[in-house]
Amino acid sequence: MTASLLRDRILPVLTVIAAILVIWHVFVIYLNAPFVRDQAARAGTTVTLGELIPQTFSQERPILPAPHQIIAELWDTTVAKPVTSKRSLVYHAWITLSATLMGFGMGTVLGIALAVGIVHNRAMDKSLMPWVIASQTIPILAVAPMIIVVLNSIGISGLLPKALISTYLSFFPVVVGMVKGLRSPDTLLIDLMHTYNASSTQTFWKLRWPAAMPYLFTSLKVAIAISLVGAIVGELPTGAVAGLGARLLSGSYYGQTIQIWAALFMAAALAAVLVSIVGAAHGLVLKRMGVKP
Amino acid sequence: MTSAASVVSARDLGLTFDTNDGPVHALTGVNLDIRKGDFVSFIGPSGCGKTTFLRVIADLEKHTTGSIEINGMTPENARLARAYGYVFQAAALYPWRTIEKNIALPLEIMGYSADEQKTRIAEMLDLVNLSGFGKKYPWQLSGGMQQRASIARALAFDADLLLMDEPFGALDEIVRDHLNEQLLKLWDKTNKTICFVTHSIPEAVYLSTRIVVMSPRPGRVTDVIESTLPRERPLEIRDTPEFLEIAHRVREGLKAGHSYEE
Repeated sequence: MTASLLRDRILPVLTVIAAILVIWHVFVIYLNAPFVRDQAARAGTTVTLGELIPQTFSQERPILPAPHQIIAELWDTTVAKPVTSKRSLVYHAWITLSATLMGFGMGTVLGIALAVGIVHNRAMDKSLMPWVIASQTIPILAVAPMIIVVLNSIGISGLLPKALISTYLSFFPVVVGMVKGLRSPDTLLIDLMHTYNASSTQTFWKLRWPAAMPYLFTSLKVAIAISLVGAIVGELPTGAVAGLGARLLSGSYYGQTIQIWAALFMAAALAAVLVSIVGAAHGLVLKRMGVKP
Repeated sequence: MTSAASVVSARDLGLTFDTNDGPVHALTGVNLDIRKGDFVSFIGPSGCGKTTFLRVIADLEKHTTGSIEINGMTPENARLARAYGYVFQAAALYPWRTIEKNIALPLEIMGYSADEQKTRIAEMLDLVNLSGFGKKYPWQLSGGMQQRASIARALAFDADLLLMDEPFGALDEIVRDHLNEQLLKLWDKTNKTICFVTHSIPEAVYLSTRIVVMSPRPGRVTDVIESTLPRERPLEIRDTPEFLEIAHRVREGLKAGHSYEE
C-alpha cells in the first residue's frame, strides 16, 4: 500500500519537481549572467565561469531569482515577521484571502440562483445565458479598475470592490455547471416525479438538487481558484495598498523580483490549499450521498 | 358507458405525434376495458403503441382523439389523485438514496407521517423479499433486486393500479422467471389491477388473465385473449397443452397484425 503510494503518487511528483529545479537553475545562470558580466566590464575586470555562477545565484535584483532566494524571502516575510506587520506576507495573503472568500461566496450564491432561474424559466433560459457568456469575454483587467473607481466614487472601498471582481469571475463556472447539473436527471426520474404528482419544489429538492451535487463541486473548484485571481487583479489598480496583488505591483515598481516571486508562490500555495479544501468537501458530500467508491 | 368495476376504460382512443416527417399514428381506435383485479398484458412488436397506451393511462402522454377514463376520472385527475404506481423498464432508483429511502420517496412526497413511512417500508421490503437490504444503496444490489425495489416503491402508496412497462426486459431469463413467479404471488396477495407491457409471449401468457395483442403502423389492438389458466400458476404450467394453446393464439394474433411487406 505505502510502497505503491510512493511509486504511483510521490515518485512522479518528485521527478517533475526535480526536472523543474534543474531547468530553473540553468535559466538562473543564463538570465543573470549578463548583469554579472556588465558589472565586471564596468569595473574593468573579467570573471571566470567559476566566479560567475555563484554570483548569478546571489544578486539582489536578479532577472530570475534562484529558488533558495525565494524560499529565504518567504521565510523572512512569513515566519520571521509578526503577522500584523505590513511587511508580512501572511498579512497580505489574509487581505487577499478575505476578498477571495467573500467573492467566492457571493459568486456561488449568484451562480446557483441564476442556474435555478434558467432551469425553471424558459424566458430566463433564452435571455440570460447569452449575457452570462458575454460577461466572460470582457477582459477582467479592463473592467476591474472601472469597478474600483466607480464604487470608490460612491463611497464603497476596501474589501467589497475586490470581492465583487471575484464574484464577477466565479459566478460563471457555477452557473454553467449548475444548469447542466440541475438538468442532468434522467427523463425517467422526472417522469417518476410526475407520476407522484410531485410539486416542482419537491422535484427540485428531492431530485434536481442532489443530482447536481457532483457538477456543483466541480464548478466550485474552478470558481475558488478564479476568485483568487479576481481578488489579486482587484488589488492592482487600488494603488498597491495591501494584499498579494499589491505586493506584486510594488515589487514590479521597485524591481524587487524576489518579492514578486515570493508573492506568486504564496498565491499558488493559497490556491492549492483552497482547491484542496473544496475537493475534500466534494469527497465528503459524495461519500455521505452513498456514491459508489 | 363505463361499468362500475372498470378501472381503465378506453373508447376509440387515438394518439398522433406530429413529427418533422409528418404525423405518426401511435394509437388508433383503441377500445378496451380493464376490470378491477385484472392482470392485463400488452404484447406486440416495437412501435405498436403498447408503451404509449400505458403512458396515456399514466398521463405522461395526452391522447388526441377518443376518450379514456381511469376509475371514472380523466388521466390527469387520476394522476393528481395518485391512482397508480408506475414501474419503468429500468429500475430508476435514486442512486443517492438507500433502498428504504427510495421506497420512502413517494411517501415523503405524498406527506405520510414518519411512523407510517417506517411501517410501510418494512411491509414493502418484506413483500418483495428484500428485508435486510433496506440500508443498501442501489449499486450494491443486483439488477433483479433493483427492479424488485422499484416495484416495492410503486406499491408503497395506496394505488390500486400498477402500470409496468417491460419491467423485466433487461434481465436474464432465469431471474425473469423467478420474478414472474413472485409478481404473480404479489398480485394474488395485494389484489391490485396490473397493466403489464412485454415483448415476450411466454411471459404474457404466464402472467395474464387477459392478453391484449397489438400491431404497429398504425398502433392498434388486434386481439384480446381471455386466459383460461387458473389463478394459481406454478412455473410448470408453461408445459401444459392449455398454456401452449394460448401462446399459439397470441403468436397467430401477432402474425396477423404484422404485415412483413411494409
